[in-house]
Amino acid sequence: MNETARKILAPIVFIVGILALWEFAVWYNQLPDFRMASPSDLFPHYAEFADLFIVKSWETLWRTVVGLALAVVVGTLIGMLMGFSRFARDGLYPILVGFNAIPKATVVPIVALMFVGQHDFNTILIAFMISFFPIAVSVSIGLSTLEPEYRDILRSLGASNTTIFWKIALPKTLPEFFGALKVAVTLAFIGTNLMEIVSPHGRGLGDLFDSARISSDYPLMFAVLFAMAALGIVLFYIVVFLERIFAGWAERAPN
Amino acid sequence: MNTANPMIELKSVTHAYKTKAGPLPVLDALTLQIPENSFCAVVGPSGCGKSTLTRLVSGLMKPNEGEVWLHDQKVTSPRPTVGMAFQNPVLLEWRTILQNVMLPFEIVKSPMSKAEAHDRAMHLLDLVGLAGFEGKRPSELSGGMRQRASLCRSIIHKPDVLILDEPFGALDAFTREDLWCTMHDLREAEPFTCLLITHDLRESVFLADQVIVLSGRPAHAQYVLDVDITGKRTLDDLYTPKAAEMLATLRHQIQVAQGRATDADAPLDGHPTKAEGAA
Repeated sequence: MNETARKILAPIVFIVGILALWEFAVWYNQLPDFRMASPSDLFPHYAEFADLFIVKSWETLWRTVVGLALAVVVGTLIGMLMGFSRFARDGLYPILVGFNAIPKATVVPIVALMFVGQHDFNTILIAFMISFFPIAVSVSIGLSTLEPEYRDILRSLGASNTTIFWKIALPKTLPEFFGALKVAVTLAFIGTNLMEIVSPHGRGLGDLFDSARISSDYPLMFAVLFAMAALGIVLFYIVVFLERIFAGWAERAPN
Repeated sequence: MNTANPMIELKSVTHAYKTKAGPLPVLDALTLQIPENSFCAVVGPSGCGKSTLTRLVSGLMKPNEGEVWLHDQKVTSPRPTVGMAFQNPVLLEWRTILQNVMLPFEIVKSPMSKAEAHDRAMHLLDLVGLAGFEGKRPSELSGGMRQRASLCRSIIHKPDVLILDEPFGALDAFTREDLWCTMHDLREAEPFTCLLITHDLRESVFLADQVIVLSGRPAHAQYVLDVDITGKRTLDDLYTPKAAEMLATLRHQIQVAQGRATDADAPLDGHPTKAEGAA
């Protein structure tokens, strides 16, 4: 089997296999809808609420992406600060770790109170807060572990620190950065849904999930979970695609 | 030896590093002169300040006392007329070999046009045996090939001084000898002044016009050996009685530097450097 075919076929085979197994397990155990919906129950719901799914998915998607973009910018800046200055690293590290340790579900009501009614802003804020930490840490590690010879090779030619940053430090940190971005993209997505579910404001897939819960439409709840998973997969592979373009050199050819 | 107008000159250079336990003196009144277009190798016990020397000559560091002069100018900061190569080839993994070799042109202003620079890179790659590899990434090359590319990068901008900090140290014996010959080819194609730091006495004798033995830390120039091999050198020149004699002298001087022998045990008549104890 050639490589491209394998990369496309393998996930399809596994997804179909797991869905079939699931369908069989629900049917075999005669489970009612409210215990466990089966995949075949989901399709009618997608068909019935197609418009809602599209609108809500879009709301979740764009707010996740904006939150993540903010996390990339702020996380990279904090990472640069910690990577270049030992003083900043020693000072910021415990604060960042402490901040990261706070469960974001507890921050949601606080943020919702702080900026009452600013639903989009609040959601983006939570997505950002939950996802910038890995980016900051990986950028700071990437920069602070730059071998001195790399710096010397440019410095001995009279290059400025800015030139060294753009030509060496930044590209050399890209593999670590993308590693962190893969973690961050999922976290940002979780942050958005957290806000949508814990502080319901009528937007996003989280809202659709909440509505389904209130109206006891269990198969719809499952359908929303699947839509979330699909969106998460799409976002993740967008990051993988960007990684191929910008840091593809770090991947060794298979031997 | 023509010392009238040395290309590299160290005037009584003293340097110490700050450590938690107080200052650690590394160089002590080190004085040496390297004539234009000659090749100078520096050997000495490990930790004696050889790498410090390269950082001072390249202007990456300033000495506590004394002066470093390049081409009749005092060195106060890095200068684009210097090329450097290290034991680690430090190629940028995200660039092709050609882009790596061309890197200095992105920092140094050169009178060469883009096309000329490109042609020069291809010519140098050909000279070191890397023709056809210009489009490869560093990860696709062997250690020896990467070091060849690193050498090309260090001289691409036609520096008048090349500083080599153990560039062949991590290579296997045969690759190393191969690269020694490449060094001779490069210098034959275009002369430049070279300062080589090495641990390998055979390497120093094969490549250099003069070999300087540094004493133990804090280091001064303990001994200077003028390598007396005329004509184009081949590896066979290392297996002559004369070469054996020079190697024995250097080996003895290293032992003196390590404090394991005294000058009285000298196997041959050496000539201690005039620079010794210049302070």
